Amino acid sequence: MKARKYFPIFVLMLVLAGIQQLTQLTGTVYYLTQMTMTAYYALLIIGLCLVMGYAGQLSLGHAGFFAIGGYTSAVLTTYDLTPLLSKGNSIISFLAASGLLVSRDNLYGEALLSVNPWIACVAAIIVTVVIAFLIGIPVLKLKGHYLAMATLGFGIIIFRVVLATEIFGEADGISDVPGFPLLPGVIVSGDFSNRVQNYYIACILLVIGFVLLQNLIDSRVGRALRAIHGSEEAANAMGVDTSRYKLYTFVLSAVFAAIAGIFLTHYNGGIGPSEAGIMKSVRYVAIVAIGGMANLWGALVMAALLNFLSLRGMFGSYDDAVFGTILIIIMLFAPHGLLRLQFWHFFKKSSGNT
Amino acid sequence: MTLLDIKNVNKHFGGLQAVSQVSFGVQKGMIKSLIGPNGAGKTTLFNLISGNLPLTSGQIFFAGRPIHGLAPYQIARRGISRTFQNIKLFPGMTALENVMIGRHTRSRAGFISGMFHFPTARKEEDTIREKSFELLQLLEISQYADVEAASLAFGQQRAVEFARALASEPSILLLDEPAAGLNIYETAEIARLITKIQSQGITVLLVEHDMSLVMDISDEIVVLSFGQKIAEDIPSAIQQNKEVIHIYLGDADA
Repeated sequence: MKARKYFPIFVLMLVLAGIQQLTQLTGTVYYLTQMTMTAYYALLIIGLCLVMGYAGQLSLGHAGFFAIGGYTSAVLTTYDLTPLLSKGNSIISFLAASGLLVSRDNLYGEALLSVNPWIACVAAIIVTVVIAFLIGIPVLKLKGHYLAMATLGFGIIIFRVVLATEIFGEADGISDVPGFPLLPGVIVSGDFSNRVQNYYIACILLVIGFVLLQNLIDSRVGRALRAIHGSEEAANAMGVDTSRYKLYTFVLSAVFAAIAGIFLTHYNGGIGPSEAGIMKSVRYVAIVAIGGMANLWGALVMAALLNFLSLRGMFGSYDDAVFGTILIIIMLFAPHGLLRLQFWHFFKKSSGNT
Repeated sequence: MTLLDIKNVNKHFGGLQAVSQVSFGVQKGMIKSLIGPNGAGKTTLFNLISGNLPLTSGQIFFAGRPIHGLAPYQIARRGISRTFQNIKLFPGMTALENVMIGRHTRSRAGFISGMFHFPTARKEEDTIREKSFELLQLLEISQYADVEAASLAFGQQRAVEFARALASEPSILLLDEPAAGLNIYETAEIARLITKIQSQGITVLLVEHDMSLVMDISDEIVVLSFGQKIAEDIPSAIQQNKEVIHIYLGDADA
């Protein structure tokens, strides 16, 4: 039973490794850059799939959480604390003494003292959790269109804030974000020499996230979430604390978005306001929809495919228009997603029995 | 002992007095029915007990503790389970999965243990599955365990809803018009299931239109009319009660 459950995951890992080997063989290693970015976006999208597809709560603000994660981490790892240290700020000197700060050279060869990426990462996640709770508690009382509009409002606020705040680099965003050393010799960065390694880091993170979500959906909590989606009143009558479950799910998916933002920011070496844009949130929603809403595999496959095509520039300047069109077509003709076609059912059944 | 005690309960909707000064008790182990013409306030009273509507004034005690003002999920956790007049099964889930939701209050695995599938959570999941299947067997619908609940016949859906409500091992079961939309054979079947549930030691409070069902299985009946309690007695006495006959059939000379 257990082996059968994890078999598709095993196949997924083989496919991911196979893709890397294929790029090696065909001399197209440069594809790995977009694939790595795709994997991080996919991490956000499977998190959104949990909230939208399984708990039935539409969020048009997930690019906001991605940006909160990415920007917090970027500010902390690039903000030069040397002037504060020389002024004798006791908190900074305490941090420096406890080894929580790292020193490096900036683009111009000057010494730069900033927060250790690990600390920045943890701080970014904490900030996201706090904001997700603060937004989620009032907003999740709303339903349907009202919830969509409220989360849209949240997304707009985050976008305008990063665009207008000096510390976030305004329209330029933040650049020169250092790599994130996970383990000795394992570093999240966009260096060409680290390309293969980073592809695997992103894939492993995505697979871990996927397995965690799949387990969750297949548990008592997942069942309660599907019940909430089906009938909130009946779920409540069965003793499910529906508001709490919706809130926790929202926060969990915000954390997925933030982790994607943190890692992608380190990988890209920076983050700009477009990552917080509304069209990004719409794109994520469109991908969850085309994947079939309550379908984690569908979200994963579609996230991988569409993000990769978009990042390779296949949609040209019509990028956002393509995702808008996808959303309309899916809602009109295939509200259960593209993968709900018969041949796919057959494929899924036969792979499940092996 | 009085398991459920309703004291001077009032509910206004704006100027409308939907329930006024209603008091009655439900003794442990009995089947008590709530009847009355359309608009008498039966379902409103039901929703007040289950926490779906807030009281305007009055008190409701369950096993000696106040439950008015609690949210529906908190009331469910105290041991009060309910079904819905217009069946509310979870779509896209099998009959068994629907019943498994009913075990929610009797299990505890949260987000973290769910994500990591801790051994305790897995063991708990097996217990949930077993107990839920047993309930499907009790209600004689175990052959439909893996069928999507929404695709079952109406009477079977009612039975799934009963099983789901029983899965939380409630002390009292609130049934909101369980015979609504059923034919006479299915109604007789439901009556048999309700007495079977009572024989498991579960108290039942029933809201019902179908007189034959109510008169056959109830130990006691409360009659509501225009939000007020006009009678409370055993079925044979209710059948002779002049006021009850009056509100159901009208005056002889009318």
